[in-house]
Formats: sequence, structure tokens, C-alpha cells
Amino acid sequence: MSLVRGLVALFVVAFAVVLQVSLFPHFAWDGIVPNLSLLVVVGAALVRGPKFAATLGFVAGLTIDLAPPADHIAGRWALALVLVGYLAGRVRQASKPSASAVVVAVAASSFIGSSIYAFSGLLLRDPVVNVTDMLTTILIAVVWDVLLTPFVLPPVMLLFQRLQPARVAF
Amino acid sequence: MLGLDRRTRRRTGLDQFEGRFGGERRPARGTLITLLLACATLITLDYHGGPDSPLEPARAAVGEVLGPIESATSTAVRPFVAIPDWFHSQSSLRGDVAALEAENSALRRQLETSGLDTQRLAEYDALAKAQRDSGYQLVPARVIAMGPSQAFSRTVTIDAGSDDGITADETVLNNDGLVGRVLRTTTTTATVLLILDADSTVGGRIGSNLEVGFLNGQGKLGQDGNLLLDLVDDSLIPSRDDVVVTWGSQGGAPYVAGIPIGRVTSVMSSPRETSQQAVIEPFVDFGALDLVGVVVPAGTPGNRSLEAAR
Repeated sequence: MSLVRGLVALFVVAFAVVLQVSLFPHFAWDGIVPNLSLLVVVGAALVRGPKFAATLGFVAGLTIDLAPPADHIAGRWALALVLVGYLAGRVRQASKPSASAVVVAVAASSFIGSSIYAFSGLLLRDPVVNVTDMLTTILIAVVWDVLLTPFVLPPVMLLFQRLQPARVAF
Repeated sequence: MLGLDRRTRRRTGLDQFEGRFGGERRPARGTLITLLLACATLITLDYHGGPDSPLEPARAAVGEVLGPIESATSTAVRPFVAIPDWFHSQSSLRGDVAALEAENSALRRQLETSGLDTQRLAEYDALAKAQRDSGYQLVPARVIAMGPSQAFSRTVTIDAGSDDGITADETVLNNDGLVGRVLRTTTTTATVLLILDADSTVGGRIGSNLEVGFLNGQGKLGQDGNLLLDLVDDSLIPSRDDVVVTWGSQGGAPYVAGIPIGRVTSVMSSPRETSQQAVIEPFVDFGALDLVGVVVPAGTPGNRSLEAAR
């Protein structure tokens, strides 16, 4: 049963990555698209906590790193999304998070995730882009992610709640 | 936020149980450390591996699986995203579109409004003409995926791969000019590095005086999506509206010669380096990239090539 759950999670992540590269470029602002896989990871984190979300973040990040047309050094998005999953998971509340809390979590996660990715690029000199451009891109990406939150987060959170292994308590 | 959250957290019975016995915190940290180490390993492997990195097979495998899915998704959404194109273009490209419309002849405008299929046919015709002009065999392909700007690299995936005779380091163009070069292929898709990428360097030649130089991408898309041209001869100043074409490499790889790249929009001189840098506006509209052609050696087998089709 846990294999099926894993496969469903993997499918959701792969679907998010495909939409991100194949559908959203048609609506992109200067090529900046909403980071759908990051939204999925944050959604999972808010429902399932840091351990699950960090693992899911690793899988999602690796998919972005390896799926065409990616050409950057593999492991950079994985690193960013592992940390995003962990941090977003840490602020999870036992009760259902309020709408504003979700939006704040998404905005913070998006900023942190894109920044870690960009910073790793600076360290590795992967693509040499100046910092002002990076910050503009990251901030526009945050706006995109927040705009998409009401459409993506509720179904994702519901899905991962359903996928949760049955609990004995309650 | 973390501290506040911990204080006000309302936990259910089971969470309290887990929390009290440390059943949740510790494994999470352990998982985090394991995953971070895994990321560090991957980055190190790929960073030091270069072109023959141990992750290339993994990239190829993921590409083989996700490539057809990207292709199918792109095919499915294409008719829908074509609808708004009839009414407006992407905001950042509106200026370009206005300029282009002024340039276009009345005939071209009639063609554009007379139906999507007519327009596609015109694109194919123009590609076929480009092929006759350049004397190379072309494999037509459509862009099925674009790398996000957040990745800070400019790459796209096209729906033709090694099955269609495409290999790495081949020139990609469309009917406006040079698009980029092929980085790697799977059986059904190929990844193309656009000339806008910050890592891309193309040998260019100024059309009016045949002076050679190097065009470097800036990693930007949209209105700032320009290239910088450094001329080999520092004493030369390119003039405005000069057209830059490819210089060409030995054996036509990665860039074949004579493909138009863009025109000079301004010249910047840097007194410190005593050199001239020209800003080149590419002919290709990278925000609305769709139909492209890959230059393959003449006689390449494949069911897509324009030679075979005619």
C-alpha cells in the first residue's frame, strides 16, 4: 500500500514538472513561470510534516534537475526543495492552517527555494547572471507562486491528507 | 515565526504523544541530513563530471520517460494557447509585435488572419525556403517545453530526437534566424541551448564589413533579451542596424555559417578595456518560439527531414 502512495506522490511531482515546462511557458512573464513543484512540496509539508516533505522535495527537485530541458548542475533544485520541504514542514500546525498562513508559507518557501537555487548557482558559477536580475526574477516568481496558491494548494493538501497512512488514534 | 508557532501550536493527542517521545523531530532531522548529503553528492558528481558526468545517463533516462509526456502535454495545450494569440501577444513582446507589424507587408497580414493552418503552412514554406537558401537539410520540430527563468539558463525541448537523425552540437534555427544549438538528445526529444543563455557564445560576422566577433548571451528573455558582440578587431565600430550572421564552425558544428542572428541596436565602448561592445537584438522572438528547424548533414536518414518530404 505504501508503494502505491509513493507512486501517486511521484506521479503528482512528475505531472507538476511537466506542466511547469510545457504548459506555463505560454503564460510566462519574461520566461518566469510559477514553480508548481515547489507548491506541491509546500502543500505536502503543511499536511504531512518535515520528514515526508523533505523526501518529496528531494524527488521533485531531482526531477526538475534531470527532466529536459534542464541543463544546470543536477542536485541544485533538489537541495533547494529539500530545505523548503523541511522548513515548511516545521511550521505545520496540528489544526488545519488558515488561508493566510498558507499564503505566507508559500511566499516564504518560494523566496527561500529560489534564493537557495540562485545562490548555489553563484557558488558553482553555473550560469553567470548578475544579482539584480536574480532578485527581480525571484520576486516575480514569488508573486506567481502566491497567485497560483488558491488553485493548487487546496487540492494538493487534500490529496496528501488522503494519502496519509491510516492512524490508530482519533 | 518558528518560536511563536511552537508556543501556540494546538496539537492533537497523537502529535503530543509523538512529540513527547521524540518520535517526530529526530527522524526528520536525520532524513534532512541524509537528503542534504545526497544533494551535495549529486552536485559534486555533476560539477566535476563536466560533459561526461555520471549523471548524464540519469538525465537521458528521465528524458526518455518525460520527453514523450512533455510532447503530449504540449500537443494537448497548443490549440488552447493559440486562441489568445489571435487577440494579443505576450505583454513583454507587444513592442516587438508592433514593430514587426509595421514591417510586414499587407499580404503577410492577410495570411495571418486567414486561418491558423494557412499561417502554419506559411511557416513551413518559409522554413523550406530557408533550407534552400542555406543549402542544408533541415529537420522541422516544435518547441514542447521551455526551461523556467528561475533556472537562470535558457533551454528549450523540441519534439525531434535521435530517431529523426538529430545529434548533439547541431544548429537550430527558425525562419527568422538563429535559435541555438542542440545540447543532448533522447530518442524522441532534444534539448536546445538558446543563444540568449549566459553560457552561450556564437561566432558572428557583421554583414556589412565581414568583421568577425563573438556574441555572448545575457541570460535574459523578453525586452532585455539581447546579445553582446565583442569584435576581434577592437578598432572597428559596428554601425547601427548592421546585420550579424553566424561565422560558422568547421564541419558546421555547432553552428553553420551564414545564418542571420540579429541587428546592432547600440554600441557601448568601455574605455578601460579599450574595446567596443555592440548590443545585438536577435531576429528570433524567443518568447513565442514554436516551429524550429535543426540543421543536419545532407543525406541524414529520418522521416522528418524537409529533403525527404519534397
